[in-house]
Amino acid sequence: MRTGLLKGWKVRVGLSVIGFFVLLAVLGPWLTASVPGLDPRANDLTAIGLPPSAEHWLGTTQFGQDVLAQTIEGARGSLFVGFLSAVIGTALAILVGLPAGYFGGRTDSWLNFLSNLFIVMPVLPLILIVAGYMQGTGLWVIALIIGFFGWSGGARTIRAQAMSVSNRDFVLAMRTLGEPHHRLLFHEVLPHLTGWIAAMFLSGVIGGVMAEAGLAFLGISDSGAISWGTMIQAAQQQSAVLRGMWWWFVPPGLCIALVATAATLVNFGVDELANPKLRTVRRSVVRRAQQTSVGSDA
Amino acid sequence: MVTQIMSDTDHDDAGTTAARGADGDVLRVTGLTVEYVTDGDPVRACADVTFTLRRGEILGVAGESGSGKSTLITALTRLQRPPAVTTAGSIVFQPRDGGAAVDLVTASPRALRALRWTSLSIVLQSAMDALNPVMRLGAQFADALRTHDRSLGNDAAWARAAELLATVGISGDRARSYPHELSGGMRQRASIALALACGPELVVMDEPTTAVDVVMQRQILAQVLRLRRTLGFAVVFVTHDLSLLLELADRIAIMYAGRIVELGTASELYDDPRHPYTRGLRDSFPPLRAPLRRLTGIPGTPPDLRRPPSGCPFHPRCAARFEGCDTHLPELVTKGGHAVACRLHDPTQRPQPAPGTSTGGAR
Amino acid sequence: MTATTVPAPSAPGAPAPDTPVLEAVDVTKHFEVRSAVGARSVVRAVEGATLALHRGRVVALVGESGSGKTTLARLLAGFYAPTSGEIALEGVTVRQRRGRVERGYHKDVQIVFQDPFGSLNPLHRVRHNLERPLKLHHGVRGRAELDRRVRELLERVALTPTEQFVDKFPHELSGGQRQRVVIARALAVEPKVLLGDEPISMLDVSIRLEMLNLLDRLRTEDGLALLYITHDIASARYLCDDIVVMYAGEMVEGGPKEQVIADPQHPYTRLLVESSPDPGRGARDRAALFDADADGLGEPPSLIDPPSGCRFHPRCPFAMDVCRTQAPPRTDLGDGRWARCWLHQKTQENE
Repeated sequence: MRTGLLKGWKVRVGLSVIGFFVLLAVLGPWLTASVPGLDPRANDLTAIGLPPSAEHWLGTTQFGQDVLAQTIEGARGSLFVGFLSAVIGTALAILVGLPAGYFGGRTDSWLNFLSNLFIVMPVLPLILIVAGYMQGTGLWVIALIIGFFGWSGGARTIRAQAMSVSNRDFVLAMRTLGEPHHRLLFHEVLPHLTGWIAAMFLSGVIGGVMAEAGLAFLGISDSGAISWGTMIQAAQQQSAVLRGMWWWFVPPGLCIALVATAATLVNFGVDELANPKLRTVRRSVVRRAQQTSVGSDA
Repeated sequence: MVTQIMSDTDHDDAGTTAARGADGDVLRVTGLTVEYVTDGDPVRACADVTFTLRRGEILGVAGESGSGKSTLITALTRLQRPPAVTTAGSIVFQPRDGGAAVDLVTASPRALRALRWTSLSIVLQSAMDALNPVMRLGAQFADALRTHDRSLGNDAAWARAAELLATVGISGDRARSYPHELSGGMRQRASIALALACGPELVVMDEPTTAVDVVMQRQILAQVLRLRRTLGFAVVFVTHDLSLLLELADRIAIMYAGRIVELGTASELYDDPRHPYTRGLRDSFPPLRAPLRRLTGIPGTPPDLRRPPSGCPFHPRCAARFEGCDTHLPELVTKGGHAVACRLHDPTQRPQPAPGTSTGGAR
Repeated sequence: MTATTVPAPSAPGAPAPDTPVLEAVDVTKHFEVRSAVGARSVVRAVEGATLALHRGRVVALVGESGSGKTTLARLLAGFYAPTSGEIALEGVTVRQRRGRVERGYHKDVQIVFQDPFGSLNPLHRVRHNLERPLKLHHGVRGRAELDRRVRELLERVALTPTEQFVDKFPHELSGGQRQRVVIARALAVEPKVLLGDEPISMLDVSIRLEMLNLLDRLRTEDGLALLYITHDIASARYLCDDIVVMYAGEMVEGGPKEQVIADPQHPYTRLLVESSPDPGRGARDRAALFDADADGLGEPPSLIDPPSGCRFHPRCPFAMDVCRTQAPPRTDLGDGRWARCWLHQKTQENE
């Protein structure tokens, strides 16, 4: 199965892009500090709002900060929020969806009510209020909030899948053997949902990165932290678009788009793995099939 | 290829079935080979399949999973899709009205379209689900009828639809029903009527009664037999249920590992199965009335076509195998209209005289 | 050795003196279903079913799909509680809490499902499937002891050499081998009753008999009580001692297999036997059967709104007025045979 996942080009491209950004997030700040000697927070008053040049490859901001260094530092912030919120959201979705689908009945009614509640809740105003109460909105808090409000759709998916797996004969058979519920849940049902969970996690990462950017854009962010969201927000506040300072907002925007695309590509592969009907006959096979056929497709 | 050994002046088969039409064969399949193209070696799902279908005859094709019977069906009807590919052989269809014979393997999609429904139709196991759920039954019949006969008016087409439904025992006013309003058995009968709508000469049936109960199965088959008598179409009937074929078919082809291993009339196969596999298969069905004895089925499992056994594909499960069965692939040899691919019945290969009865389940 | 002379603990035909291992007494199961628009209706899946399983004997439950035979099996397996009536294990009524039986129940009653592909978790090896019940029910601990017991189980279902199978995943096994693993898994519990819900109908024809022979061996060697559910009356005849025929949720006829098949007393049983494929049938019988006007036979009724009186009356060639209004009672016909049909009730009254 594992080798099958890596066979598709979509998954390989997606994984390498995500891998690149993760590496950037982990090693990047150290690289920027040591190799070109850049500091994303330093304000260089001699270089304010400069376009890309040999000295500043991606130009500088209105505050004289190096955009390349900021983008690299921002990868750390954005991916941290993305991954942490995805972990929280996925964990909550499993916690609610799995028992709902497995036990059914009254348990299901209550848990399903809960996830429906979170689906219809006006999330954005709530986040604004919660963020207002939470003093000092660090990236941790942002990620927690995004994860806490973003699990309900996933829970419904998990519930539906858990329900269908729980009704399969092998779960019934193991129950008849006397397996306790926790074993059935985690050893029989849950492993069959890994595809869905992986897909959910990846879309959670995309959602987290985007939500962080969106919240930062609305001013809900940690002013001290650097993420792609805070970069875009700063650019927007300084009317970078009107001034034609494209080098300020294009790099973080592009990075967000790239990460989202990469995660989506991996998702396609995971989907095909979880749902064999989506698998397409590989083109090389079709071509060889046509060559060997005695039929009329010449 | 079929080796015809004319040891005795055969054609004793001239009068074995009343259903045999006067004007010869409707389908002649020669050396048909179908492979599944994979990354590695191609998997040969049908190998060198040769048979003829006489006009108005019911030819049963029996086999287990992996015997290639479903592959054969999709190849016959050209419904196959990559990675399945016909790599050799021909399927020559001879129209009744003396028109030019068509090789279905090389026919253009356009020529195929002209043949489908009017000359050649198919009933699948899940045919009951093949009906369009949002169209009234009659409308689906009218559609099919009018595609092939443009001059037919709408009202006439609906009237014809009601007639067709009546032939399979569904009252004509049901034409206004949607498929979901009918039971599974009725839908299956309706789909058979739909397959017969344009008066085909050849109907390919792939396990058409596996999804229905025995009582309904008997009703459906009785109707198919009755319709065949009046309409004169030929049937290729594929199923895993040999006991059913023995009652229904005129001739039966037994498939194993993609090859026809025996082909003969139903009574020949029941009374005197020559291939050890046929014998084992026949003895895999406990009798309904005859005295019970202990039966053993066939030991082992059907072969994996990705790794076919060498020589005769049946030899690992065969109780009558002898020297050379694991290296020599037996050819299908016809003798007196009864063809068998087994070295026990090949005089040039046979180790000792007449070991024919040493096989089978009696113990 | 022939199947008919298999030494059964009790003489065939004679009522067994001991209490049945598992018994269903007048069991009824109704399911409430809700349609898309919210209208409630009741599916009368099983109505007044009575069945007794004895040590070392095989009872076949024969019927079409939708006849309620699977529902009855699942009732016996304790998957849900009967709407009315009771199920007794060795004479003791089985109690259910919130629709689930106590765990101890499954120590004695195990079930084998129809689909060998669906009843094994594709992610677990054969070993896992066999070790779990050993650990759960017999507290077997220790690698060596587990290995020994697993090997024993595989040998009992003839999956030998065992080391070839013990570490395989289900997808590496053929259908017949999987079903053997399923049976071995059920045997690991050392149950007294094995319920087989069409255990061979999804297997290849040539290996079905081996499976039937295996089940036969289990009942003779281990004295298991077997319920063999099938739609194939010929295989029921091969394996079982007694046959019970179900139609539309009701049991219509029962008795020793040879008598029931050779001389069916209920019109539905007769229809079922006549419709079953039988290559040994004479050519004339066959022609008559295929020529018979099959259109009038109709189809099984809906279980939501079953016919009044005898549920078979709309299809019955012998239907009388009383059949349309009153459900026939069970008539004992002697020799352990019985039928639910007014035809026999009337003849008995006349005598």
